[in-house]
Amino acid sequence: MNFVIPSFLPAIPEIALLTLTSIILVADTIWSKRHEFATYYATQFALFIVGMLLLSNFATEQTLTFSGSFVRDSFGDILKLFIILISMGIFMFSREYLLQAKFYRGEFFTLGLFGILGMLVMVSAHNFIILYLGLEIMSLAIYTLVAMRKSNGKALEASLKYFVLGALATGMLLYGISMLYGATATIQFDEMAKVIASGSADDVVLSFGVVFVVIGLAFKLGTVPFHMWVPDVYEGAPTAVTLYMGTAAKIAAFAMLYRVLVEALPGLVADWQALIIIITILSLIVGAVITLVQENLKRLLAYSGIAHIGFLLLGMIAANPGGYSAAMIYVIVYAITALAAFGMIIALARTSSEFDMIADFKGMNKRNSWLALMMLFVMFSMAGIPPFIGFYAKVLVIEEVVQAGFTWLAILAVVTAVISAFYYLRVVKVMYFDEPDDSTPIEPVSRQLKWAVSFISALLLILGLMPSSLITLCYNSLA
Amino acid sequence: MIALSDYLVFGAILFMVSMAGIFLNRKNVIVLLMSIELLLLAVNTNFIAFSHYLNDVTGQIFVFFILTVAAAEAAIGLAIIVLVFRNRKSINVDDLGSLKG
Repeated sequence: MNFVIPSFLPAIPEIALLTLTSIILVADTIWSKRHEFATYYATQFALFIVGMLLLSNFATEQTLTFSGSFVRDSFGDILKLFIILISMGIFMFSREYLLQAKFYRGEFFTLGLFGILGMLVMVSAHNFIILYLGLEIMSLAIYTLVAMRKSNGKALEASLKYFVLGALATGMLLYGISMLYGATATIQFDEMAKVIASGSADDVVLSFGVVFVVIGLAFKLGTVPFHMWVPDVYEGAPTAVTLYMGTAAKIAAFAMLYRVLVEALPGLVADWQALIIIITILSLIVGAVITLVQENLKRLLAYSGIAHIGFLLLGMIAANPGGYSAAMIYVIVYAITALAAFGMIIALARTSSEFDMIADFKGMNKRNSWLALMMLFVMFSMAGIPPFIGFYAKVLVIEEVVQAGFTWLAILAVVTAVISAFYYLRVVKVMYFDEPDDSTPIEPVSRQLKWAVSFISALLLILGLMPSSLITLCYNSLA
Repeated sequence: MIALSDYLVFGAILFMVSMAGIFLNRKNVIVLLMSIELLLLAVNTNFIAFSHYLNDVTGQIFVFFILTVAAAEAAIGLAIIVLVFRNRKSINVDDLGSLKG
């Protein structure tokens, strides 16, 4: 038996990130005593290096390595690049938040980096073991991050809830994977697709496996009826961690969904499509209706996130490369918009108040008209009002789903989008037409955050005015 | 000779027991943790049974990974439970109700 050394080149970004994270983990114990922000800067530097490594070797075609268990392709590279960029934003906001909340610790950044490592591995998985390991690296880091504020009972409860339901979801996913393995005798995505296409696998075992895998994925994505944890965890977790879960982790979850359903189980489209349709309908309706009564902005964003995931799944239902690209654009746009929304909350949060109630935004226009305008951008983009990028993301998925012949689903989606416009516009109304309780001007915690929030919010408008580059990028990666 | 289906039924029973443990349990969070371990054991049973009957070693390798990750997961779970206990002086499921989904 001969042993061939695999090519490490496709996995260089992940290897570099792991190495740098391990170094930062050890160095943090020495640095943190002398230089308060050394870990933060090292973290940003590590992400920058990984981003450059990705860019310098941008994949144009699919490369498999490690006996076909790891894949590098342009779909993965685009998503990884966005994960890295968004993470840099997350850490920038998080630092200020942690300082304000008075629990600034280097561990936040190392755990965050490990989570990002998990996401990158998930995006590149081409085999169920790698997918599982990536998912667990990410999840274990997030469970710990949620529980980081040890004295906050709410955060601990959220963490426990997230842990139990997350572990349950992983268990479901694994149970499904074991069934798929039993039916096809392989855990490699492309080989599994071939075995299923050849028709030699047992249909009953396969469909049994698909059901459990879809339930596991739906749990992780936080779709109805497996959404119970989402609002609780979003509200209970420190806003910095909510930001992390609601943006970068969503991109990774989408990649996981794509890799499993499209690369491993294309032969079972009929099975998973039916399940996803049910999940989508429920997510769209519940996401739109329950959000109407939320007073806490973090909860509002959690429920609206459920509705957004419903929109993303519309692209998956179309079950063709166009649909998947539309879903990919949707998840990227959603991640950027959510970054802006949570970033706004963080920029306004103080030690004394979390600034996460809608009532806190009363009369924002009189207190700081620039930030009110930026918040208006974010809310308009979420609601899908042109010319913001959120509009194009919605249009694309709806177009794809109509072309695939599900006009009724598109109508439902538009109706729920109209309902959800109500609560986004309510935030705008509160900001512009309500009298503030406290009319003292309010400034973001630091000038850096003001610029960051303005930049990301403006990006929503700029991308909306010139959406073609993002759209072509995503469509080409899956064509 | 034990048939493959026997193992699968055994795995399914373990899975059911752990599901019941998670959803019907109203007492102790530790029981939840035990149920989660049981869930992963059900998966492992499935993998090993399939691996044996397919004459393919992949399933057994998967089990090694699941066991290792389960150990890490249990460690984090217990750490969270310790924190909750310190904070609330109780780990009853009923006492954890301040967030309602």
